[in-house]
Amino acid sequence: MSRLDVKKTYKLYIDGAFPRSESGRTYVVNDAKGAFLANASQASRKDARDAVRAARTAFGGWSSRTAYNRGQVIYRVAEVLESRRDQFEAELRSTEGITAAKARTYVDAAVDRLVWYAGWADKIAQVTGGANPVAGPYFNHSAPEPSGVIAVVAPAGPLLGLVSVVAPVITTGNTCVVIASEPHPLTAITLAEVMATSDLPGGVVNVLTGSVAEIAPWLASHADVNGLDLTGVADRELARTLEESAAENLKRVRRPGVEDLLAAPALDRITKFLETKTVWHPMGI
Amino acid sequence: MAKTQLDYAPAPESRSVVDIKPSYGLFIDGEFRDTESGRHFKTISPSTEEVLAEIAEANDADVDLAVKAARRAYTRVWSKMSGAERGKYLFRIARILQERAREFAVLESIDNGKPIKETRDVDVPIAAAHFFYYAGWADKLSYAGYGENPQPLGVAGQVIPWNFPLLMLAWKIAPALAAGNTVVLKPAETTPLTALLFAEICQQADLPPGVVNILTGAGDTGRAIVAHPDVDKVAFTGSTEVGRMIAKTVAGTDKRVTLELGGKAANIVFDDAPVDQAVEGIVNGIFFNQGHVCCAGSRLLVQESVADEVLTRLKRRMKSLRVGDPLDKNTDIGAINSAEQLAKIRELSAIGEAEGAERWSPKCDLPSAGFWFPPTIFTGVSQAHRIAREEIFGPVLSVLTFRTPKEAVEKANNTPFGLSAGVWTDKGSLILWMASQLRAGVVWSNTFNRFDPASPFGGYKESGYGREGGRHGLEAYLR
Repeated sequence: MSRLDVKKTYKLYIDGAFPRSESGRTYVVNDAKGAFLANASQASRKDARDAVRAARTAFGGWSSRTAYNRGQVIYRVAEVLESRRDQFEAELRSTEGITAAKARTYVDAAVDRLVWYAGWADKIAQVTGGANPVAGPYFNHSAPEPSGVIAVVAPAGPLLGLVSVVAPVITTGNTCVVIASEPHPLTAITLAEVMATSDLPGGVVNVLTGSVAEIAPWLASHADVNGLDLTGVADRELARTLEESAAENLKRVRRPGVEDLLAAPALDRITKFLETKTVWHPMGI
Repeated sequence: MAKTQLDYAPAPESRSVVDIKPSYGLFIDGEFRDTESGRHFKTISPSTEEVLAEIAEANDADVDLAVKAARRAYTRVWSKMSGAERGKYLFRIARILQERAREFAVLESIDNGKPIKETRDVDVPIAAAHFFYYAGWADKLSYAGYGENPQPLGVAGQVIPWNFPLLMLAWKIAPALAAGNTVVLKPAETTPLTALLFAEICQQADLPPGVVNILTGAGDTGRAIVAHPDVDKVAFTGSTEVGRMIAKTVAGTDKRVTLELGGKAANIVFDDAPVDQAVEGIVNGIFFNQGHVCCAGSRLLVQESVADEVLTRLKRRMKSLRVGDPLDKNTDIGAINSAEQLAKIRELSAIGEAEGAERWSPKCDLPSAGFWFPPTIFTGVSQAHRIAREEIFGPVLSVLTFRTPKEAVEKANNTPFGLSAGVWTDKGSLILWMASQLRAGVVWSNTFNRFDPASPFGGYKESGYGREGGRHGLEAYLR
C-alpha cells in the first residue's frame, strides 16, 4: 500500500512567522494542467496593515546593520535557496508546467540574482555617493540611505520574479511587503521558508498572497509606506489608480513596464528606493 | 540708561540700475509676445505695494505654443548639438548673469521683498554658479554614472516658487539644458520679473529660439504645463499640497517627475555647542529670507540644560535684527512676499497663541505700507501644536526642548517632512551619529542654510523626491 503524502498548508509570511489570513479566506491554486494543488491564503486589508507594521518595526534594525552584514544575510538566502533547488525546480515544473531545463534556468538565475544583489549592499554608497567640492570651507558629502518601507507587487514568474523585485529593495536596508504573483503564490511561500531560515530578521520581507486588485490599493494608500513598486501590475488602469493613491504621501513609485527577467538587471531597481543624504560641516582651526 | 543699539544711517542700493517696463509679454520661441488669453495681472513690490508692471497670464493656448516651440527646438537643434556646444551656451549665460549681477540683485529685491544683501550675496551669485557648474557637465554626461550614452528626456515643464525666483530658475534650467532638454518654465505669479529678465539674457547669449520658454501666470498656467501631453518631464518646487496634485496628475503617464516640497526642519542645539555660533545658526536658519525657505530651521530643539541661556542670547540677538527696506544694505529681514502669505503667517501665529504657546518678538518699527511680520519665537511649544507641525513659511520659530540625543532624534523625525536638519555640538561622533539618524535630505552640522551647485539638495518623505545640484541633479533629466 502506498504512503499518503503529508501536504503543506500555505500561509502568509508576516513578521517572520507564517500566519493564516486573519480573514480566514483561501483561494484555490491549480497546477498547469488544472488539477488542484493547494488552498492559498487570501490576504485581507488587515493582513496588509499587519505586514506594514512588521516592516516598519524591522526597518530600524535592518537599516542600521552594517552593509557588509546585510550582504552576508542576502548571500545566505542564496546559499539556502541553492541547497533546496530540487524542491524549487519540482514546484516550478508542476505549478507552471515548464520543462526541467527551463525550471533549472529559473532557479539558477534566482540564486545568481541574490548573489548579485548581496554584493551591492556594501558598494552602492560608493557608486551613488561621494564628496562634493563646494565653494567654501566645508566638508560636504552625499550618501544613499534606504527610503523605508516599500510595497512591492511581484511580477509573474513565481521564483525569479519575486527575487528580482525583493532583493534590490532590501539590500540597501529597506524593508518590504510584497504581494506574490496572484496565479502562482505557492513558490513565494516556499521562498519565504528559505528567507525565514537564512538569518533574515523577521519583518524585513513580508509576503502576502491573494488578489492584487484587493490588497494593493491598501498598500498604495498606506501612510506608513514610503515606496511602491508596481512591476507586477499588468492592468494599466489599476496601475494608474495605485500611483494616484501613492501621491497622497508622496511615495516613490516605480511604474510597471515589460522586462525580461532573465536579462541582467539595471541598477535602477536599487536606486529608485534610495534617498540621498548630504551632510555639511565647516572646516577650520 | 545708555542706548544699547547704535542707529544706522540708511544705505539704500540704487534702483537706477534696473529698467522695469510697464508691461511684459510671454517669452516663447525666442521672442516676447502677448498672451492668447488677453489677460494680465500686476506684480507689486511687497515692501511698498507699488505696482511694478503688468504681466501676461498664459492660458492653455500659450502653453501649447510654448511646448511646441520647445519640442521644435529640441528635435531640430538642441538634441542634435554636441554637448560641448550646449555647454558653451550655458557658460555664456553664467557669464552674462555675473555681468548683470547688480541688476538682477536689485530687481529680485524689489519684486520679492528680500534684502539686497541676500540677493547680492546668495541668490544671484549661486544662480550664476549653477549655470557655470552644469555647463561643465554638458560634454561629460557619459561620466555621470547614468549609463554609457545617456539621453535627454525631451521637453521639461518646470514650475518654480516665489521665495528664490532666480535661483530656483537656475536650479531648474541649468541641469535640464546641460542634459540636452528644452524647457517651458513658469515663475511664480508674485515674482515674475527676474525670470523675464533672464529671457533677455537668453537673447543676449544667442540661445537658439525655443530652448528656453518663460510663461508667466498663476496656478492654472502651471496646471496646463504639467498636464500637457507633450511634456516629458515635470520639475516642481513649491508646497507639498501642490506637489501631491502634480503627482496625481502625472499618474499613469510616462512623465518623469521631481518634486522639491515643504519642510519643518529641526535645528538641534546640544549643551556643548558654542552658544554664540549656534545662536547665529538659529537666526540664519529661521530668519534668512524672512523664513520663506522650505529648508528653514523652523523647529529649534534645544537641550534642556542650556535652554535658558540659548533663549536669552537668542532674544538679545533678535533685538539687533533690522527689519525694513529690502534695498537698504543694512537690512536683515525684508518684506513678506505677499498679502496672502502674511495672512497665513498671522493665522498660524494666532493659532500658536490660542494653543497655549508663548509668543515673543523684539520691539521693532514696521513700515506702514507693504507686508511685514516681525521676527517671532514661540516657547512652551509641544509636538502636538500646529506651529510645531505645519510649515509656516515665515520668520516664526517654535522652540522645543529635549534631554537625550535619542529624544532629539525622535522629535526631529516626528514629522511627515524630511528636507533638512541642523545639529550643533562640539562632539564629532555625536554629529555623525545624529546625521545618520535624522531622516532628512540635507544635514547641516555646525552651520545652516548653505547651498552650492555641487551639493545635492532634496527631501525625504513628504518633502518630495529627486535631487537638485551636483552629479545627482542630472539624473532627473536623463534616461
